[in-house]
Amino acid sequence: MRPSIPAGRRAFLAAPALLALPARAQGVRELLNVSYDPTRELFRDYSAHFVREWQAQHRQTVRVNNSHGGSGRQARSVIDGLAADVVTLALAYDVDAIAERGLIAKDWITRLPQNSAPYTSTIVFLIRKGNPKGLRDWPDLVKPGVAIITPNPKTSGGARWNYLAAWASAKKHGQDPEEFLGRLFRQVPVLDTGARGSTTSFVQRGQGDVLLAWENEAHLALKEFGAGQLEIVYPPLSILAEPSVAVVDANAERRGTRDLAEAYLRGLYAPAGQEVAVKHFYRPRDEALLAKHAQRFPPLELVTIDGAFGGWAEAQRTHFSDGGVFDRIYRPGR
Amino acid sequence: MNAAEDPRWLRALVAALALLVGLLLLALPLAAVFTEALRRGWEVALEAILEPDSLAAIRLTLLVAAISVPLNTVGGLAAAWCIAKHDFPGRRLLVVLVELPFSVSPVISGLVFVLIFGLQGWLGPWLQARHIQVIFALPALVLATLFVTFPFVARTVLPLMQEQGRAEEEAAATLGADGWQIFRRVTLPNIRWALLAGVLLCNARAMGEFGAVSVVSGHIRGQTNTMPLHVEILYNEYQFAGAFAVAALLALLGLVTLAAKSVLERWSGRAVGEAG
Repeated sequence: MRPSIPAGRRAFLAAPALLALPARAQGVRELLNVSYDPTRELFRDYSAHFVREWQAQHRQTVRVNNSHGGSGRQARSVIDGLAADVVTLALAYDVDAIAERGLIAKDWITRLPQNSAPYTSTIVFLIRKGNPKGLRDWPDLVKPGVAIITPNPKTSGGARWNYLAAWASAKKHGQDPEEFLGRLFRQVPVLDTGARGSTTSFVQRGQGDVLLAWENEAHLALKEFGAGQLEIVYPPLSILAEPSVAVVDANAERRGTRDLAEAYLRGLYAPAGQEVAVKHFYRPRDEALLAKHAQRFPPLELVTIDGAFGGWAEAQRTHFSDGGVFDRIYRPGR
Repeated sequence: MNAAEDPRWLRALVAALALLVGLLLLALPLAAVFTEALRRGWEVALEAILEPDSLAAIRLTLLVAAISVPLNTVGGLAAAWCIAKHDFPGRRLLVVLVELPFSVSPVISGLVFVLIFGLQGWLGPWLQARHIQVIFALPALVLATLFVTFPFVARTVLPLMQEQGRAEEEAAATLGADGWQIFRRVTLPNIRWALLAGVLLCNARAMGEFGAVSVVSGHIRGQTNTMPLHVEILYNEYQFAGAFAVAALLALLGLVTLAAKSVLERWSGRAVGEAG
């Protein structure tokens, strides 16, 4: 028999041709925003808004592409060559890591107002409806029999904020913070790599009594899964989380997108951008807007990373580097 | 002692156990995927699949498979042919190399490409200076898929080629056929069913690969997300119906591939090759 390309195989080869490359219209400008996990919904909305604005003002069609993942991992991808025009990450340290490789100017944090963080968030407790374990403040978390869900501070930006908020609270209560964190992490049954993974563990799989979560992530979970099963508890003290944004200079220059990239980030500070942030449960920088939504964002005592920990570089070195405090207190399986 | 001499009850018990395990571990999860996908009706599932980002993921998955499967067919065939029909220094090394992707975790193979083509890697700066994007783009997705699926064709046709030996080829050579003629007229017809089975398995894996592709993808929605990555994204965005709809489609593509393989096996009248 003569060998020939079988019909099935020919059809298989033809199929992609039918679907072939998406129609990429001429003259569409593209912008890539590399972001962290819980901002998916925020940037889906904001990017759509930005595309409309830019079209109206400049008569140019823009396509904003979004990439999401754990903040540290996303920074690593940009360092390895993911062509982000802007990064919108969970913490300044991850942007610093990119700046260290020369892709972002070292003084990036001063280029935009308020530490280049157009919105803020904080760390709250997401608990089961009715608060069966009576969790009101950080010390309640280490009561016997309370299972705590938090992601791994080694890989997750949110988890580092969780950890530092707990640390600040222990200090305020006059406890030994290292001992407190050690007890806390002994009551963590599963350490996911990212914030969204932890939320899924807590909400979908029903693990744990309390999820240490970004305020926005907690509100989103409440919205998605109904207030019938979950509630949010605001501890008396938490941390001011400032998710940082920056233009990736090397990429923006190379791709000729600096004007777009800068407008995209500046727009986050504009009234419309702040409204989008509020809609997705991020605390706006606009004081009037924040006051208007005081019900959604109840005031609480917030420590800052600079005030309480001497900045990210210091906090990272002391707590999360190899051999740091976290490595000392966390021993899996003990 | 051969199987026919085993007591009847033992054979029945073993068969029942195997079937039970098969049902629990394989059929049940598959059924769950389809149930979840259709939980909120056909329309919702279809809508999730026709959403632009999903379509882009489907397109990309088919494109990656369409590039890497033919390349691996040729490459795998060449490797198997060299190993089975020729003696040369380094033959054993080639055998090891062919099997390497099976023994290396896909995540590691993905990281290797980051190390080679990443901006901090060996070729990254050189490539960027020439405006060539390899990592976090289609080329890296294809490379990672090529690496992971390389053994399928080679491993499926190799045993058959070795079993058939070199007698027919040598006979053809004495009759004056040149190398290409021998390959086309003698070797290829002898292994065509095994080859086809290998190609189908390779295709199933190419479409379903997650680990290696996840490392080199960059996860840009609508651009560098393949179907398996898109499923994860939808799931993480609480879009469970959509996640399972795309997962079901992916499973369906795999099932069609497997069905095609078993039809071929029946058609050819004998079991061809062995599952990789």
